[in-house]
Parts: sequence; C-alpha cells; structure tokens
Amino acid sequence: MNATVNGESIELPEGLTVATLLRHLGVRAERVAVERNGQVVKKVRHAEEQVSAGDVLEIVTFVGGG
Amino acid sequence: MDELVLGGQRFTSRLVVGTGKYKDFPTMKAALEASGAQMVTVAVRRLDLAARGESSLLHWIPKEMVLLPNTAGCFSAEEAVRTCRLARELQLGGSNPLVKLEVLADPKTLLPDVEETIKAARQLVSEGFRVLPYTNDDPVAARKLEDAGCAAVMPLGAPIGSGLGLRNPYSLQMILDQAKVPVVVDAGVGTASDCAICMEMGAAGLLVNTAISGAKDPVGMARAIRLATEAGRLAYLAGRIPKKLYGSASSPLAGVIGAGGG
Repeated sequence: MNATVNGESIELPEGLTVATLLRHLGVRAERVAVERNGQVVKKVRHAEEQVSAGDVLEIVTFVGGG
Repeated sequence: MDELVLGGQRFTSRLVVGTGKYKDFPTMKAALEASGAQMVTVAVRRLDLAARGESSLLHWIPKEMVLLPNTAGCFSAEEAVRTCRLARELQLGGSNPLVKLEVLADPKTLLPDVEETIKAARQLVSEGFRVLPYTNDDPVAARKLEDAGCAAVMPLGAPIGSGLGLRNPYSLQMILDQAKVPVVVDAGVGTASDCAICMEMGAAGLLVNTAISGAKDPVGMARAIRLATEAGRLAYLAGRIPKKLYGSASSPLAGVIGAGGG
C-alpha cells in the first residue's frame, strides 16, 4: 500500500501499526512524535493505531532552533 | 531571590537561549553552559528518514535545562497548533507545558503574523499549553495576547537574526508599562549592550540565539550576554537617575582652591 510519510509517497507493507511502521523505517520511537492524518498518535497507542493506504504521516523530532 | 516566573516555572536566569545555527554540537553545548540559561528553545522538524545514527540534539543539551519547543517556520495558526501538539508528545512524558508560539508572515522579514498568532494562542491556551508568544513591538498586539491568556509576551527588538538591537524603545516601554505578564524581548539582539538596554528598561527576560551562535566566538559571546543581562537587571532594580539636560557636579562646589576669599 501507499502512504505519505514526511511529505514523500512511499510503498509500505499491508497491516502496519504506527509501532511496526517505525520499526520498518528503522526509527526509534522514543526520539520521535507521530502525527497521522493531522492527529497526534500518542506513544501508548503506537502498537494499536493501524496505518491505512493513503494515510498522511508526519514523524518529527527536535532540532536546533531559536 | 529575583526570579523569572514563566507559566509557573521559576528561573533564576533571565536569559533564554536558542540552539539553532551553531557550527557543531560541542560549541553549542559550551555556549549554552556559558550563557547560564536554564531554558533553551528547540524546533520541531521532520525526521530525516535517510539519515542513520544521526547525532541527537538532546544529547548535547545539559539535562537540567528546560526545553522550550518553538513553532518556528509556521506560517499559519493551524500549523503552529499542530506543531505544539507534536512538541508535547515529544517531551517524553515530561509535563512541561511551555511553548514558544511563533507564526510568521513571510520568509523575508520573518515578522510575526499577529492575527494568526492570536488565533493560535487562544487555541493553545484552551488546550492547556502555557504560551510564550513571539510578537511585534506593538502594545495593542501585546495586550490582545495577554488577554488571550498567554503566560508572557515576547516582542521583537528587531527582525529575527538581524542583530539590529532594540529599534523602538518607546514601543517596548509602552508594552512594559501595561503588561501584567512577563515581557521577554525575543529577537533582534546583536551584542551584549543590546541586552543591557532591554533589561535596564524593565524587560523580564531575553531570548537570544543568532547573536551567540553567529558570533566569532560563541562561548565568549554567551558569557558577555549573560553578564549584560544580569547587569541590566541589576541596574533596573537599582533604579537609574533621571536624565537631565544640564550638568550636575559630583564633587562639592564649595572650597575649591583659588576661589574667592580675596
């Protein structure tokens, strides 16, 4: 299935949750926050929140800034 | 104890520093420490999914420093609110509700879009955030942000990164006179004296990034800005003398040799 992650359209396996998506992308969950279709997915819900075809996901972290 | 209270958090340092635009993390860490700041701003950005084993910013921020996530780069209230929600989620279970709200009007001037800032502030306050909004040096805008429930107002001294110093001290004075929340001058500082001027006028604090990170010696400038901030605060508390047009002698005028007596 296809989904948009950080502005890029990518091909993903079926049946992912946010937790397995992060593993699939090689991202450590404790360092990021995830938004799915405009709504924050809290860390405690990563394992149950399903990723669907056409989803728009944002995976963010802290960087230097003023 | 002379403390700065922002959204219920107490700070003995009145200087908040940014973490942007350093040439490397070790320099940033040394400058943060030299600044004496107890709170540092950070930005929220998309993780670079291609970069592996990237050095984490947080690793280089001293653990005791409070993080102040910003909404830099947002050009609408909606983007800023979403960014704050993500920042809250990023705080690793921490309960710090402080956010620096910044909604910009355009990338050239980097001046605030006050209308969108006020809209975002109302929404964020309703969601329990303690909002520190970057705003114009406009007393009316400052009052509206205060009325919206912001925990402080943060007028600019000059455009972000411009280093022009405090361009309109009269506007700042009006904001200071009316504000019932702390006034933190955010943006525009170029060097230490700019900090002293703002603090002498009664600003509650300063937020400085580029003046430190862009200096030839960021660690030296961090120390200079720390001392100027402290000096300005002490001078404000001590109460300056009124400005007078004519001179007023410091030494007694009577008893000068060679005068009179003839």
